[in-house]
Amino acid sequence: MAKDHDGAEGSIVGTTVEKYGDNPPTAGIAVVVADQIPNPGFPPFRPRVTDLYPEKARQQERRVSALFVISIIGSVFAIAAYIAFPIVPGDIGSVRINNLLLGVGITLGLLGIGFGAVHWSKTLMDGHDLVEQRHGTRGTAATREKAVEVFTLGNKESGFGRRTLIRRTLIGALVVSPLPAVVLFRDLAPITDPVELLRHTLWDKGVRLTRDPSGTPIKASEVTIGSAFHVIPEGLNDHEDKLEQKAKAAVLLMRLKPEDLHVSADRADWNYDGIVAYSKICTHVGCPVALYEQQTHHLLCPCHQSQFDITQEAKVIFGPAKRPLPQLPITIDADGYLIARSDFTEPVGPSFWERKL
Amino acid sequence: MSTTETTRPETALEPTRGARFTGWAGNYLDERTSISGLVKELGRKIFPDHWSFMLGEVALYSFIVILLSGTFLTFFFQASMATQVYDGSWVPLKGIEMSAAMKSTLDISFDIRGGLLMRQVHHWAALLFIASIGLHMLRIYFTGAFRKPREINWLIGFTLFILAMLEGFTGYSLPDDLLSGNGLRIIDGMVKGIPIVGTWTSYLIFGGEFPGTDIVGRLYTVHILLGPAILVAALGVHLLLLVINKHTQFAGPGHTNDNVVGVPIMPVFAAKAGGFFFIIFGVIVLIASFFTINPIWVYGPYDPSPVSAGTQPDWYIGFADGALRLVPPGWELELGGYTLSLNILLVLIVVGVFLVVVALYPFIEGWITGDQREHHIADRPRNAPVRTAIGAAGVTFYAMLWAAASSDLIATHFRLTIEGVIHGCQVLLIVGPIIAYFVTKRVCVGLQKKDREIAMHGYESGRIVRLPGGEYIEVHEQLDDYERWKLVSFEDYKPLMIRPDKKGRITVNQRLRAAASSWFFEDRIAPVSRGEIESSHDGGH
Amino acid sequence: MATAPRSATRPAKSARKQRAAGRRHPLATVALIMVGLIGTGGAYALFTSSATAETQTAAAAQLDDGGKLFAANCATCHGMALQGTTQGPSLIGVGAAAVDFQVGTGRMPLAATGPQAEEKPPQFTDAQVAALAAYVASKGPGPAIPAAEYLTGTGDAAAGAELFRINCAMCHNVAGAGGALTEGKYAPSLAGVSAQHIYEAMVTGPQNMPVFNDDNISPADKANIITYLRYLDQTPTPGGFDLGNLGPVSEGLFIWIFGLGAVVAITIWLTARSN
Repeated sequence: MAKDHDGAEGSIVGTTVEKYGDNPPTAGIAVVVADQIPNPGFPPFRPRVTDLYPEKARQQERRVSALFVISIIGSVFAIAAYIAFPIVPGDIGSVRINNLLLGVGITLGLLGIGFGAVHWSKTLMDGHDLVEQRHGTRGTAATREKAVEVFTLGNKESGFGRRTLIRRTLIGALVVSPLPAVVLFRDLAPITDPVELLRHTLWDKGVRLTRDPSGTPIKASEVTIGSAFHVIPEGLNDHEDKLEQKAKAAVLLMRLKPEDLHVSADRADWNYDGIVAYSKICTHVGCPVALYEQQTHHLLCPCHQSQFDITQEAKVIFGPAKRPLPQLPITIDADGYLIARSDFTEPVGPSFWERKL
Repeated sequence: MSTTETTRPETALEPTRGARFTGWAGNYLDERTSISGLVKELGRKIFPDHWSFMLGEVALYSFIVILLSGTFLTFFFQASMATQVYDGSWVPLKGIEMSAAMKSTLDISFDIRGGLLMRQVHHWAALLFIASIGLHMLRIYFTGAFRKPREINWLIGFTLFILAMLEGFTGYSLPDDLLSGNGLRIIDGMVKGIPIVGTWTSYLIFGGEFPGTDIVGRLYTVHILLGPAILVAALGVHLLLLVINKHTQFAGPGHTNDNVVGVPIMPVFAAKAGGFFFIIFGVIVLIASFFTINPIWVYGPYDPSPVSAGTQPDWYIGFADGALRLVPPGWELELGGYTLSLNILLVLIVVGVFLVVVALYPFIEGWITGDQREHHIADRPRNAPVRTAIGAAGVTFYAMLWAAASSDLIATHFRLTIEGVIHGCQVLLIVGPIIAYFVTKRVCVGLQKKDREIAMHGYESGRIVRLPGGEYIEVHEQLDDYERWKLVSFEDYKPLMIRPDKKGRITVNQRLRAAASSWFFEDRIAPVSRGEIESSHDGGH
Repeated sequence: MATAPRSATRPAKSARKQRAAGRRHPLATVALIMVGLIGTGGAYALFTSSATAETQTAAAAQLDDGGKLFAANCATCHGMALQGTTQGPSLIGVGAAAVDFQVGTGRMPLAATGPQAEEKPPQFTDAQVAALAAYVASKGPGPAIPAAEYLTGTGDAAAGAELFRINCAMCHNVAGAGGALTEGKYAPSLAGVSAQHIYEAMVTGPQNMPVFNDDNISPADKANIITYLRYLDQTPTPGGFDLGNLGPVSEGLFIWIFGLGAVVAITIWLTARSN
């Protein structure tokens, strides 16, 4: 236990604790300096002013109680603020004042106690350093012997080591017993195959492109050059799995000058007079890629900075994404509204293992 | 002046009412719990005093603040994703559809007195909790306090760090706002990128397709039940081992490997630590009353279509988000019809390996030194130059990942391009740690040399004296024994010599150890010996 | 004459300041609407039916002034006939709104080439900007300066906020704090930008910003978006200082620098030996 340090003998770093007896732990590649400078032992105690002058101590005593009184005032103030500055429904300013005054009151209540207690301990409580001896962490030889004996007895009396059949079947049973718990978690998700779901979106032949969030259809003539429309499929707002469907079907619609688009042969009829629609879901990890620069025709993902070039069928030109954003083939119907020609021809969003199959 | 644990002789005065009550209560408790043994054992345990030893307490106290404020929040929060229409005080969301989780969080913020304060206390305390754990771990690392017998406690502390991040992330996701929803979307994308099991894992986590209607409820269970339960249990073991191992102390006069020098728990440490709890609590409340955190009312409810510029996770997840940003383009393969997302896998591997190395470092260093003695004297970082340099390299690596997570904000605030910042971070992620390693090692060795110089010859006093012979010298102020001891008492290791074992063979293990130990210790500076001091005094001016 | 709609925004601004500074007076909204209506009405009257001979001469003089200003300040890059050069795009058909936005926010004339034109103190007086706008508008039809009824900030803030999140937040940040674009470009902060300039930016799509024409976001919805941004400007952040509305990055930096900084300072005081 703690002892005052006066008269304690100095010793060097790394001395072994006596408990080890004849078999001290190896020091590895540590160098034991034979000619080490001795530990000078404890320096003399340097008294504080409060130790020397009682009136100084009394002054500090008053200071500590003043801090505690401030704490009481703070806590009372907090209660008063709670009542006196209520939240007026609809008035955000009152929320701010309530938050501020309540917080300041509680802060004073806490800091008063905290600083008071610490100041008390620093100035008025005993200032001596005390010493406590360490003992090696391992048990003494006798204790360890006793522990080994307990295990030996346990083994002997139960026959755990001897009766191998019992031991092996027990271990087997213990290993198998948690498996039902694992199986139980199967129904965290529905029975249907996720891979199939990831392949399909609400888009289909003839589905109108509508504005997000209103769901009103868009005429091709309304999409002027340089425009960007945030698009959802018609009927999404009434769908029961609205968010899940939106998470796959969100589309960005842009109009470029037709001569700016480099269209590959198999996508020749996927745009309508320079109007193109691309999935908004990043092929990296799925953030909405919606930062469209109408002069450079670059799309930027705000989460991980992948960039896609709309003039080159959304090819990745920077950042961690690999695949271009899937393009939605579009055309117009008899009334001039933009419609999809089909669903996306590949799964949208982040890559997954079974994507290709 | 001895003030031992023996109580002062009581004067023969009649005990006061208070004293009589204390005596009665103590007796009542002890006769039912034998608590006196515990008090005897722990009451005068010694705690060394150093500011850096308080960092773990900061973490502990912010955790208590988190528990208190979090409990308040659970009384009002509804962990449900059922759709409701908001009709509260924040005008720009009136009439908007959102989940019950989001709505109840808005109501906590705007319609419950002190609700916003508690939300902000909870979130600020969480940030401080993990930040102080980080700083605490750095202190342990750089002073070598993870060495025997504390390796297991380092592992438990590491587990606490991971659990704290898990708790932070699940809590951040609970309000179901736009920012955290996009965070979950990223998690979904990352999980889907795991080979073979990814798609199904994501499906199981979200209870169907992303986002589903289950995730908030599930995260809530993890956040308020599973996480805290494991955290509290691990914290208990962490503190128990601290008591068993006793705290390390820095080298100092009278300090040895066999003792602890400091203040006793009763009363000084109890007053300091108890007061410190109130101070930490107060500081958190102060920050929460003046500074907004996570203004979900601006973010709005989660919707898979919108996203905000500057979508970032809370700071402690930043390093993983930064790693995602730094992957070069095109890292995705197709293998026999299957898709292998290297751009995600690589991040998981790099972050995973980094964390595993952090967790196992005590065992690695222990294997290199082969030192199986107990160490209770904390190293000064300079006296373990290679360890300190490795730490600096690790910090730089982490810092670069962290910086990359705010690449867009760095670009806008320092007038740079996003592409330039990303490329810069990519280069610095590799080069930075190397530079940091060599610079730190140099600085450490330089400081050791300076210490050696001062220990032998004293400080330069700045006083120039002309000797009778006309020679000018600067007078050196000699150190007293106490000050010198701080400079000369440290462990010294030399590289392992390769020697054949009993069978006359040199094992691979030994070769590896020899290589690692010469890497660690070939540039060592030995502590000053007594002989050197004496000879310097004789020969010196 | 073309300055009339601008004058409608000015009183609105000062009225807002009063509200932000003191308590919200219910009459302030009424006053705001009144001022808006008078301004709009006046401008509308001037623009349409009751064009007197006097205003006709004034209009001709303004076009003349605009032409001179254009030749002196803009023609080098945009061409004498607004046809555009290698240095700058054609201005035929960009409309008065584009001119008022670009010149009125100081983005044009360009100070230096860079990733994008930056906002700076405008180089011209309101009258000169109006003259330039009228001149450019006279050379080809384009989006006009918005009518004051859409700029009052009295629309539906919730509808505006939703549209803002979907159409604007990815570049300008949910709180309008701005954000980064590619190659050094950025979406500027929207705090304190006048309603008229916000409206004009939406209809004209300056620089890399996409165009949000009236078929995409109707004028009423644009007014709602403006209402939302006004609400953000005028409403004090409920939780205290907003740390720039930059999200978790500024929060993280704050806790490391000031939070942990203060805590470490306290630990040092706590363990320092008292005298």
